[in-house]
Amino acid sequence: MDLQIALLLGQDGVVNGAIYALLALALVLVFAVTRVIFIPQGEFVAFGALTLASFQVGRTPGTLWLLLGMGAAVAAIDIALALKSGARRRIPQIAFWNLVYPLLAAGLVFFANPQQWPLALQVVAALAIVVPLGPMIYRLAYQPLAEATVLVLLIVSIAVHLTLVGLGLLFFGAEGSRTTPFSEASFDLGGIIVNGQTLWVIGASAVLIVVLYVFFERTLYGKALRATAINRTGARLMGISTVMAGKLSFLLAAAIGAFSGVLIAPITTVYYDTGFLIGLKGFVGAIVGGLASYPVAAAGAILVGLLESFSSFWASAFKEVIVFTLIIPVLVWRSLTTHHVEEDE
Amino acid sequence: MHPVLAGFLAALAVGPLVLPEFYVTLLNYIGLYSIVALGLVLLTGVGGLTSFGQAAFVGVGAYTTAFLTTTPAAELPAWLAVFGSSPWVALAVGLVLTAAIALVLGFLTLRLSGHYLPLGTIAWGISLYFLFGNVGFLGGHTGISGIPVLEVFGTELRESRHFYYLIWLVLLGAVWLTRNLLDSREGRAIRALKGGTVMAEAMGVDTARSKTVIFLIAALFACVSGWLYAHLQRFVNPTPFGLHIGIEYLFMAVIGGAANVWGALVGAGVITILKQWLQDVLPTIFGASGNFEVIVFGLLMILVLHRAREGLWPLLTRLVPTRERARSVPAAAPLPRGVQAGNGDLLLEVTDAVKKFGGLVANDRMGLSVRAGEIMALIGPNGAGKSTMFNLISGVSPPTSGSVRFRGEEIAGLTSREIARRGMSRTFQHVRLLPTMTVLENVAIGAHLRGRRGVAAASLHLERSEEAQLLAEAARQIEHVGLAEHMFDQAGSLALGKQRIVEIARALASDPCLLLLDEPAAGLRYLEKQALAGLLRKLRGEGMGILLVEHDMDFVMGLADRVVVMEFGKKIAEGLPEHVQNDPAVVEAYLGGVD
Repeated sequence: MDLQIALLLGQDGVVNGAIYALLALALVLVFAVTRVIFIPQGEFVAFGALTLASFQVGRTPGTLWLLLGMGAAVAAIDIALALKSGARRRIPQIAFWNLVYPLLAAGLVFFANPQQWPLALQVVAALAIVVPLGPMIYRLAYQPLAEATVLVLLIVSIAVHLTLVGLGLLFFGAEGSRTTPFSEASFDLGGIIVNGQTLWVIGASAVLIVVLYVFFERTLYGKALRATAINRTGARLMGISTVMAGKLSFLLAAAIGAFSGVLIAPITTVYYDTGFLIGLKGFVGAIVGGLASYPVAAAGAILVGLLESFSSFWASAFKEVIVFTLIIPVLVWRSLTTHHVEEDE
Repeated sequence: MHPVLAGFLAALAVGPLVLPEFYVTLLNYIGLYSIVALGLVLLTGVGGLTSFGQAAFVGVGAYTTAFLTTTPAAELPAWLAVFGSSPWVALAVGLVLTAAIALVLGFLTLRLSGHYLPLGTIAWGISLYFLFGNVGFLGGHTGISGIPVLEVFGTELRESRHFYYLIWLVLLGAVWLTRNLLDSREGRAIRALKGGTVMAEAMGVDTARSKTVIFLIAALFACVSGWLYAHLQRFVNPTPFGLHIGIEYLFMAVIGGAANVWGALVGAGVITILKQWLQDVLPTIFGASGNFEVIVFGLLMILVLHRAREGLWPLLTRLVPTRERARSVPAAAPLPRGVQAGNGDLLLEVTDAVKKFGGLVANDRMGLSVRAGEIMALIGPNGAGKSTMFNLISGVSPPTSGSVRFRGEEIAGLTSREIARRGMSRTFQHVRLLPTMTVLENVAIGAHLRGRRGVAAASLHLERSEEAQLLAEAARQIEHVGLAEHMFDQAGSLALGKQRIVEIARALASDPCLLLLDEPAAGLRYLEKQALAGLLRKLRGEGMGILLVEHDMDFVMGLADRVVVMEFGKKIAEGLPEHVQNDPAVVEAYLGGVD
């Protein structure tokens, strides 16, 4: 291996690592706020990428049907509950977000021919369809079990993951897709070719991380999420709704996931089940951070990306084995340094 | 034997003689999957841990025998060639390999909080799958074929109806072993895991060991299933050992009912048949082929967790009338007792104990002592540091500095398990009983340290005489505290006052000479308090030393021989109840200053 190759692999690793870092942040966020280990994170990556790809080839993305169906289910449950508890004033809002909004989205997709739209608008449309699925999934699968143990929530996550992967196959078929890059430009930096999409991925990830930081440090909702993460009961006593916190964290996780998908779709072929492995690698990063620390999780994710790209050069068949074995030394280190006293959950 | 069980066994025996080949094959697979799901029942339903990597352990069993039985002896390394290529040797090698992997994984993850084991097993499941598919001598993604037919007592198990009997005998054997294990001292320790580590450790249970044991057993069951699978199929490739199958095994256990051994069979049956049916039906509905059954499985799983968290088995048992089980405790010789302290002997002596949490000094140079046959009360307003003091005596969190001597021996820094072994036992401020277990079983957990037979003896029920002694001791303590009529009731069905008394009986079952009681009167009604005070006086009369942490002044003043009062981490008074009651510092601490 010469310097040239090392730099190329490094570039590759940093690009993937940036995506893993975004996912790791979302995983840490969801776990801290809701205690849900969000395995389906990866499906949002695949759904985001494949929805965009569907627009570009002029197909109706299957995720639209999912949005309509889940919206109807949430609306049915929430309106029934609102009627039962006499909170009729909530009904217009429920109906708007779960029935009207999906129908508007469907109307746009059917009649405004998104294939002709500029790329930026297509990206926005893909996110507009995929991101609301996050809070809907929280409402349908997790909210009824909000007080259950981490273990039960993890099993639910696995079940949601399976369902979404099955639906992904149904919606998008077994073939993979790629989308047009955000930028065709490429730069020559001292002999290495850096193409525009690479810079887009790294730049967008960095911006998103800064935005998240500002959100958590400076905004009321961000502080509410942090309060819930530190102490659920305490936050509730201060008037922070845990349902709101749960939905918001799922919304953010879905947005991060879908946006990551949109970012990588031009550089790698995305299949209906690609998300799972990508999500898990974000996970390895998150575990490095102990599911608690954002900066360590992000650093861990970059490490995973680098390890992956270098091991694909030396032993490509064992790439996945090497990446997932990384968590073993991390677990050893954690089990030797944590003095864990389990208290009532 | 229950008539339904007898009928089920009879149907199993006759099945392959009358059923068409297709159904026998289906039953074979249900049996194989049930063996794996049974391990998960033990791990998830009983122990509260879980693994998504069981399919990988199945793969270890299958690939070990596939490799060893198809490779000519000459090509094996010398140390392996010695064993020859018998499937039975391959089974033994597979089990050893599985045990080694499970121990390493368990060591890495079981000491961390609960979700690290499942996450570790996901990573392990994926890694092993890619390893199977990429290692040359394991045949890569094409796999290994030509695995020999299994031969049992000279009969070749070539046909699936012959193999059927082997699979189901192994399964029923595994069910028998698991049930035996759960109904034993080790089994109670395993079931206590769900009640929280702190309680189990205080009763002397090595929780890390119990967790490792169930993870190991679950892995070994999976390995045996894989070995059977390889010789039934006579061909292996990586597909059936991937993570998605590992997830399916967990679904089987949860949907069937993870708290009961038979739940594994129900779950494996339901999922296997449903999968078969869905794979026929769904592609015609959707007009495309693919693993669409996962959509239904996922939704079904979410529905079960929302609506029937205990799975299908409890729903089924409601349909069948249960028979009244034998409700007596077998007579047995009493357990040997430890060295008893003489009345008035110094049991516990705490001197200059300091506990700091960062900058906060929760206990500042605290001292107190307890003698045999005396009730010492530690009182003080909220936040005075009483619970911290209690935790550092009982070993839940060690003191920053200072000395805690128990019967002349320094115990500061020992774990709560080691302290329990020395004859100190405790109750909890928030009652920590296992609500679905009987009072008798709950109290028997307290006697954990007085038995010594291990997991193997328990699984084979070779420890029945010791078990009888333990149960007899538990029954004796229940009578001692006056709850004989509730012996076989579920602990969770008792009123709070009686649950607190059960906790005392559980502590007594460990044969202690010092009893630590953490706010035993909290939440009790007047009559319950009187009954409790009566019991404590009786124990004092028998020479027991009792340290009481309490809020309730009336309760303490009528009962305690001596009182220590704490405020802001410091001792502000010590002495006889009537003396302390009139101490100006105490009055000020409780009622505020008099200006």
